[in-house]
Amino acid sequence: MALLETIGIVKSFGGLTAINRVDFELEAGRIVSIIGPNGAGKTTFFNTLTGIYQPDQGQIIFDGRSLVKLRPDQIAARGIARTFQNIRLFGEMSVIENILIGMHVHLRQSPLQTLLRLPAFKREEREAEHQALELMRYVGLAGVGNELAKNLPYGGQRLLEIARALAAEPKLLLLDEPAAGMNPQETEEVTRLFRRIRDEKGITILLIEHDMRVVMNISERICVMDYGEKIAEGTPAEIRTNDRVIEAYLGRGAVAGQHEEQLR
Amino acid sequence: MTARFGTALLRTLNAGILPYLLVLTHIGLGTALVYWAPRSNIAFLVLISSLFSLYALKTTRRFQLIVGTVLALLIIPVIGVRNIFYLEVIFQISVFAALALGLNIVVGFAGLLDLGYVAFYAVGAYLWAFFGSQQYFVLPFAPGTQPSNLPFLLPGDAFYLFIFIAIIVAALTGILLGLPVLRLRGDYLAIVTLGFGEVIRVLANNLDKPLNFTNGPQGITPIQRPTMPEWAVQGFNDLFGPLIGHTVSTADMYNLFFYLAALLVIVVIVKVTRRLDDSKIGRAWTAVREDETAAIAMGIPLVRMKLAAFAVGASFAGVMGVLLAASRTFISPESFSFMQSIGVLSMVILGGSGSIPGVILGAAVVTILNLQVLQGFSLYLSELRQSDAIIPLLNFAWKDLSTQLDPAKYQRLLFGLILILMMIFRPTGLIPAKRRMRKLADEQTGGE
Repeated sequence: MALLETIGIVKSFGGLTAINRVDFELEAGRIVSIIGPNGAGKTTFFNTLTGIYQPDQGQIIFDGRSLVKLRPDQIAARGIARTFQNIRLFGEMSVIENILIGMHVHLRQSPLQTLLRLPAFKREEREAEHQALELMRYVGLAGVGNELAKNLPYGGQRLLEIARALAAEPKLLLLDEPAAGMNPQETEEVTRLFRRIRDEKGITILLIEHDMRVVMNISERICVMDYGEKIAEGTPAEIRTNDRVIEAYLGRGAVAGQHEEQLR
Repeated sequence: MTARFGTALLRTLNAGILPYLLVLTHIGLGTALVYWAPRSNIAFLVLISSLFSLYALKTTRRFQLIVGTVLALLIIPVIGVRNIFYLEVIFQISVFAALALGLNIVVGFAGLLDLGYVAFYAVGAYLWAFFGSQQYFVLPFAPGTQPSNLPFLLPGDAFYLFIFIAIIVAALTGILLGLPVLRLRGDYLAIVTLGFGEVIRVLANNLDKPLNFTNGPQGITPIQRPTMPEWAVQGFNDLFGPLIGHTVSTADMYNLFFYLAALLVIVVIVKVTRRLDDSKIGRAWTAVREDETAAIAMGIPLVRMKLAAFAVGASFAGVMGVLLAASRTFISPESFSFMQSIGVLSMVILGGSGSIPGVILGAAVVTILNLQVLQGFSLYLSELRQSDAIIPLLNFAWKDLSTQLDPAKYQRLLFGLILILMMIFRPTGLIPAKRRMRKLADEQTGGE
């Protein structure tokens, strides 16, 4: 059964239709990429899934229930976590606090427990801190727990965003250009991390990415968008040879045999 | 450069037992000065600033606690009843510190600019003013026409109960205001809260008809205080009489009582703020301040968190309102003007938005500047003006100095200047906010 399904969702801003009747299905346990030229509507698609935008039409079903009309925080609580294209960390908070924010929906401490510092509160905080440290190690960020998030190097900030999203223990992880701005080595590490997240934690991953090495390497399926519409979907091999994709994404004149090179 | 010099200096001062000696000397000096010169502003400043050195110099927590307690519960009361003005200054510092701490939750933690904060203070004050006076029986009378022999609605000791009621009522007011406006961001929110602050003041000003709730611009008086038991006055006199040198009256004891009550409220507020800050709620507030979009995407319910910030901040102000009404026995809309909101906000910004010790220091600095430094300076100038003295080099007689040149009148100019200078040289405030350093099990404490 599909973990996420969108049925004919439409989102327009004024005269511009950013997403036009997109039907999309995502099996649980998969790693799927969304690609497309700039302005194709990929990030808008993410924002619609996470409730930042409400779709004008259509239906979004996640885990058997509709997400339409829910607030972003409710959707997050249902089990969708995300990262942002332009990193959005809480800069003035420490690394570990950023991760603790990710756990917000799972922390049960009541205001009374908080004010009286009851044992239940202390235990939960201790466990949360422990878990956060574990996550830092998991993504490869050990030893910087007390640094302010804004002081981390760029790659570290990307990793922290992923750790923060993982802290929410999501069923579905949305990654918006997670490898942007990374050097080849970092890209390779982060790609390996995504695979581990799926294999070890069983989290379904949907990512937007421009770096074709990442996309082709990691994706089990690829969805291609252009001008707000889904123009193709399939395995990497299928997408590589799909004429519409080549036309829209690579431009006319891209001939078979050159794909590989151009896709780099 | 100055900062480096500062840290170097602090390091030297914090070596060995030197900080302990310094703190004790500072307190001793201040106490002695105030004791021998009970009217001197400077002596008082020395004493009150010793609280800061107690905070800033590095001593053990237990030492700070003990010395702080002695200072607050022994030295200041004794010195305070010798010159009641000191207690008044400290009481005002405490009141404003509580307000600043409340506003700090809204502005400093959650990042919601509230320009009408004083409204919640007014809610608390008018709450006790109405129930703690004869106002209930004045309802049918226009201001000034009520008979003088009306009874009081509640006994004065209901004051204690109303401290708690004020928490709830002010918090509810905060939520009520928050519900419609919290969808706004930044500047828009500021303007709407400013309007709300004015609405409350104007309501207080005009709610003397058709039913006389607030007695209009004349304000409500007398407002009751809790009863002061005879044994307390007697006991205090027996204990400290020789030190003080005169018998302490019940009126003085009330000043002492409100000072202690304000102190207690501050301690509770600081504790509450600390504990909230270091929990799921406090982290959520900071996250909302840092990036609303990311916060909501991480599952933080924005509106609920903002309402919580408004409610908690408002409740602090509500409590202090009750205290103010009782200590003054008189309340009028004038005390809740827009300038008050701005004043509290400037304390928060001056001290360090988001920093608990910072905003307390901010409240202390602003209040002392207002009540003591500027007024003392004004007094000094007017004395000079009445004398025949001449400014040396300029050959200008003091008495020809315009009365417009009164420092107390330049208070706002001075604040403006201070705030501008702060923004240029120390934009994060006197004591900037710090995130808590955690002792993390598997890592070294981490360098700078």
